[in-house]
Amino acid sequence: MFGAARRLKDAGVLGLNERNARFIMPLNPRRLYPLVDDKSKTKVVALEAGMAVPDLYGMIRNQREVREFGDIVAAHESFVVKPARGSGGDGILVIASRSQRRRDNFRLASGALMSAAEIEHHISNIVGGQYSLGGKPDKALIEYCVRFDPTFAEVSFQGVPDIRIVVYRGYPVMAMVRLPTRASHGKANLHQGAVGAGVDMATGTTLLGVLGNDVVDEHPDTGALIEGLEIPGWNFILQSAARGFDVTGLGYLGVDIVIDRDRGPLILEMNARPGLNIQIANGTGLRKRIDRIDDLYDARAHADERVAVARREFPAEPPTSDND
Amino acid sequence: MQQRYVYALALLLAVAGFAIFFWKWQTLGFPITEDQETPVWTIESAVMFDAGRGSVKVDLLIPTLTPGFRVLNEHPVSRGYGYDLNYGTSGREVQWAVRRATGPQVLYYRVSVYQDPSADESDTTPPFPPPPVIEGPFGTAVEVIVSEVREQSADTASFTSGLLRRMNDPSPDPNVDLLISDVSSRTDFVEVVTTILASARIPARIVHGFPLLGRQTNASPVAWLEVHDGDEWRYFNPATGEENLPDRFLVWWRGNSPLVSVEGGSNVQVNFAVQQTHVDAIAIARTQASQSDASPFSFSLYNLPISTQAVYAVLLMIPIGALIMVLLRNVVGIDAFGTFMPVLIALAFRETKLLWGVILFGLLVALGLSIRFLLERLRLLLVPRLGAVLIVVVLLMLIISLFSHELGMETGLSVALFPMVIIAMTIERMSVVWEERGAADAMRAAFGSLVIAVFAYIAMGLSWLEHIIFTFPELLLVILAVVVLLGRYTGYRLLELTRFKALTGS
Repeated sequence: MFGAARRLKDAGVLGLNERNARFIMPLNPRRLYPLVDDKSKTKVVALEAGMAVPDLYGMIRNQREVREFGDIVAAHESFVVKPARGSGGDGILVIASRSQRRRDNFRLASGALMSAAEIEHHISNIVGGQYSLGGKPDKALIEYCVRFDPTFAEVSFQGVPDIRIVVYRGYPVMAMVRLPTRASHGKANLHQGAVGAGVDMATGTTLLGVLGNDVVDEHPDTGALIEGLEIPGWNFILQSAARGFDVTGLGYLGVDIVIDRDRGPLILEMNARPGLNIQIANGTGLRKRIDRIDDLYDARAHADERVAVARREFPAEPPTSDND
Repeated sequence: MQQRYVYALALLLAVAGFAIFFWKWQTLGFPITEDQETPVWTIESAVMFDAGRGSVKVDLLIPTLTPGFRVLNEHPVSRGYGYDLNYGTSGREVQWAVRRATGPQVLYYRVSVYQDPSADESDTTPPFPPPPVIEGPFGTAVEVIVSEVREQSADTASFTSGLLRRMNDPSPDPNVDLLISDVSSRTDFVEVVTTILASARIPARIVHGFPLLGRQTNASPVAWLEVHDGDEWRYFNPATGEENLPDRFLVWWRGNSPLVSVEGGSNVQVNFAVQQTHVDAIAIARTQASQSDASPFSFSLYNLPISTQAVYAVLLMIPIGALIMVLLRNVVGIDAFGTFMPVLIALAFRETKLLWGVILFGLLVALGLSIRFLLERLRLLLVPRLGAVLIVVVLLMLIISLFSHELGMETGLSVALFPMVIIAMTIERMSVVWEERGAADAMRAAFGSLVIAVFAYIAMGLSWLEHIIFTFPELLLVILAVVVLLGRYTGYRLLELTRFKALTGS
């Protein structure tokens, strides 16, 4: 047991306790949390900083406004409903299109149909606080539904793959692509069965994927190879992530980015407590990279320079031996 | 830096907790195990006499200073008599009085004592007694004996035992023979000895008491000799001259005064009965704490009303549950609903006992969950839906109770308010996780909660632990210290070892 702990330590793997005590608590002051916990606020600060985010079609703040749902989406064929304070992808509804025959019937990304009344019920649940921390009343955001870039079309099943980048004190340190699967119901959430694939920080190409705790080289539903996909606009994506630190002030930050076919990389949300699965997806620990950033840290470095450092310092490790 | 404050705080808390604990344990004698009992002797003295025509006044000497024993409680029992406990010339006495009494009378004085080796005699040092004036041949005999014994002794103790040996010689020399010729009782004998010791200017007195031997219906007081050597009182066996006191010898009264004096009565008899019982050591510790000057610090939960004590007995175990919770979540890494939900579930188990608790809990959560999913189809708003789930849980509990009653299973269905609310909350939490993260996650968190709850229940149900925490609540400071330390635990969680196994390259 202690041997296993020592091997993990040698591999530079970050544990939950250490993440919380040594990074989140000192680097992420509580008062900054509302900025990232409330996605409507994240959107505002990101827009102010000139970063690209999905357009907000409308916001429903209380039960009375729920009936405005129809008006808000009247002009849109597809959209996403999400709780402003949800966590882990809970409560997100992706409406891909409308029914051909009836305008008030909506087709989910999974293909299932949902009536306007059902969606309104879902929205009132969101507003009632079902998906927010502590059950506090919440807001429902209705926003642009991302049309994902063909890069990942082969390796996604009914959903939008996203890119999670962990940013430590403004420096991107690790990234992964989260690919929805049938098991994850189109959600890009590793807990729910999405595939996570590590990304080479230097080149922006994907590495092997991880499903649960197992390493996989092809998508479980589509069978396409996961490794070696090149993420378009990688440098810009890293810069957006690095600037996430500038706008939020959070020293240990997870930035979720999607690539839209037409609009390029968009910031979906930011997370003050990014998970540790990214280490499994990349097959390497976060600690070594964090320690390296601590050595190189320059408080005045601009986002471009921080990205350059990250791309220089954290290339994918050479493939390990075959008996791995 | 922060780390150091944490260690300092934890150390401070732990030291404070342990210090109070040791003080209460060692000095005040609070028992560390649950049914630690201390033998207690109850001595009942019955004064029997025939009352005359007029008023009756009875004085009975009672224990004042009792080396080796402490008094737990004392009660004069007497129907129709007024009584008073006060200090007379020969120590404490109980005084009974009644205006009119007829026929045979019995007055009781009952005292309970327990052994405490540290209960020393805190008596004053007596002055040197004036040499008694003894006339004629007796005086000469005393002088001769004193000078001869003094020749062969070095100090007070050796003088006393030398004198006693000489007085107890089976073939006494003429001087001794003269002095003890009309001695008929042991008391008289000791009186003669004290007179001789007084001539040698040694303070001495008779001590009357009983060796406490368990159950005795008719114990008679034994006379012993007490001699002051300038520093302390020492005890001598008047029959052998050995310096000792019998085992468990309770000193009842001292001096030459009669044990009892009755005005207005005749045929006075005093009878002593001894009975040994066992009393919870806590009761004794409490008495001791209230007697010592430490009482302001010796707040004890045992001083609270019994019903409040019962509440605290449960309440004080919650920190234990919290500790288990912290260990299992932060060190082992078990997933659970809410932060302290499992501890609350464990508390609910207290009402139902473990096996039934788990079965009932599983059953109710499963039923409630299915009903909640039905309610979900009705598209109720969040709060009304929660209310509906709560009502359904009440109904389910009712049905299960009635059903199991029909089947003759009474155990474990002591349904209380508290578990119901917890079950309703668990159902709601679980259904949210179920919907959003899938059945597997919900099941895992539910199972984790149950595992933690079972561990917490077991730990919170340890009766010796409950006793220790209830008797020594300051140990919660130690638990606090441990929790504070765990708050800075940055090592891996046990389950992370398998989660990240792929990263170790093995």
